[in-house]
Amino acid sequence: MTPVRPKFELKPGKATREAFGKALAELGRENPDVVVCDADLSKSTFTALFAKEFPERFFSCGIAEANMVSIGAGLASAGKTAFVSSFSAFVLNKGFEQLRVTVAYPRVNLKIVGTHSGISIGEDGPSQMSVEDLSLACSLAGFVVLSPADEVATEALVRAAAAYDGPVFLRCGRVKAPLIYSPGETFSIGGSRELIGGSEITIAATGLLVAEAIRAAETLEAEGVSARVLDLYSIKPLDQEAIVRAARETGAIVVAEEHLVDSGLGVRVAQAVARTHPCVMEFVGIQDTYAESGTPEELLDKYGLVARDVAAACRRALTRKRGAGLQ
Amino acid sequence: MIGAAKSGHPGGSLSAVEILVTLFFDFMRHDPANPAWPDRDRFILSKGHAAPVLYAVLAEAGYTPKPALMSLRKLGSPYQGHPDKRFIPALEASTGSLGVGLSVGLGLALAARLNHRPWRTYVVLGDGEIQEGQIWEAAMFGAFHKVDNLVAIVDYNKIQLDGFVSDIMEIAPVAAKWSAFGWHTIELDGHDLSALRAAFAEAEATKGRPTVIVAHTIKGKGVSFMENNPKFHGTAPTPAEVQAALQELQA
Ligand SMILES: Cc1ncc(C[n+]2csc(CCOP(=O)(O)OP(=O)(O)O)c2C)c(N)n1
Repeated sequence: MTPVRPKFELKPGKATREAFGKALAELGRENPDVVVCDADLSKSTFTALFAKEFPERFFSCGIAEANMVSIGAGLASAGKTAFVSSFSAFVLNKGFEQLRVTVAYPRVNLKIVGTHSGISIGEDGPSQMSVEDLSLACSLAGFVVLSPADEVATEALVRAAAAYDGPVFLRCGRVKAPLIYSPGETFSIGGSRELIGGSEITIAATGLLVAEAIRAAETLEAEGVSARVLDLYSIKPLDQEAIVRAARETGAIVVAEEHLVDSGLGVRVAQAVARTHPCVMEFVGIQDTYAESGTPEELLDKYGLVARDVAAACRRALTRKRGAGLQ
Repeated sequence: MIGAAKSGHPGGSLSAVEILVTLFFDFMRHDPANPAWPDRDRFILSKGHAAPVLYAVLAEAGYTPKPALMSLRKLGSPYQGHPDKRFIPALEASTGSLGVGLSVGLGLALAARLNHRPWRTYVVLGDGEIQEGQIWEAAMFGAFHKVDNLVAIVDYNKIQLDGFVSDIMEIAPVAAKWSAFGWHTIELDGHDLSALRAAFAEAEATKGRPTVIVAHTIKGKGVSFMENNPKFHGTAPTPAEVQAALQELQA
């Protein structure tokens, strides 16, 4: 039975990178130990807001992301609440060795915020697009990896990251993200949010794909399918409990992410499901390829990351579920 | 082009016009009718965001279609936001992530030497770009392995993305750094065509070490309201600004 629920309303919202910059400046006001490093992208990452207010606590690193990561590691090791930021593609890819040996391995309390993640950056094209950041960040032992869907979640998770003692990677995007949450809602490391209740299938999404998952669930509802929507904003650690419950109660899970499909959230959810309560699964993400230039909307459409694709994956999963005689 | 795309990097494209024009129309041995000619000189725009100047030159030379220039950054255009070998096979490298092009160029140049081929390699770097550590790893490598068939050109326009280089991360003294790394170093006005021509000739005559040309340039050169204005690093001109700019450039 489809439970009665209010229609979900998606409102226009800010880009998560902008919400990050705003939250960072607020943190700066509250805590004199907050320090920030950026690599010649402060206008794009919005760390410029912090830099303007606290120039003495902002370190311009030039176009030298690897160096920046280890400078941040030093600041953090000495007790500062240190954030380093650039595009995800640059801070993770250029700084990966430094993240491994100067942050993850010694378990340094550094916060890494990557903006312009995914292909929705649009016209700049693949060299600036990050499609492997979740995979890279999750492969750093001991890292917390967060991927907020809107500005409210971003602000809350920037705070959660700052309060947490240990390395954190936070993934932000370039484009305006639909507003999903109301101010004051809570988010925690290792948590998730059920946005729509449902009994026949679960769509577990992260980042920009959460809004697409909501739209897909509404399409499915019109077709008489009751789809649950989970926002898995904590990629690592995962909310195992919510995932296992989804597997048990709905018997089918579709994971949706703006990331390479073979190495992102999907494989992590599949592992959690395989360990506990195997069920039918489908995956929406970027296939084994690099994208190209185009508008964000064109690219999300072309690379199969819109509600239509999420709904199609759900229909495939439901067909398999029924074929297997599962309820 | 950038105006029609509504995004892109005008400033760093305009500062490198004379450098690319001299190379493609005066100096490099290449054949647009035969882009895969094995003995062609190699060119890498390591500061890939200046793609518009490269595209204009490639189209003028006949490698790629001119009318499509107005499709810059649009879905399916050969003129991608950053140079992309998948869309323009004549490119030697896909660039856009700063700091990697010089190393690729050194690899190409080593291959020419190994194969006893005469072709030479040219790599254009941004001044902000040389803040990347890999540039200096490459600089050390180039001198150590005596890669004298490669020329690096630093487009020294004194501005990067967030502002003036001297406010973001000072790189001076640029020429002295390259000299200390063992490179033959030439400093010149990067908008002076005859100086550029002479420098490329001097580089070709220099044996036993690579050459770097430190080209002092003006970001946004030729368009008064773009010149030395950090805003036009990565901001497209409005339609009115495009008109004004084209008038100035044609004057
Ligand atoms: C590794 C990397 N970090 C950051 C960027 C973002 N970015 C694009 S252009 C630019 C500034 C480049 O400055 P410069 O090399 O001086 O180029 P120019 O002024 O000639 O345009 C930056 C930081 C990038 N493309 N690659």
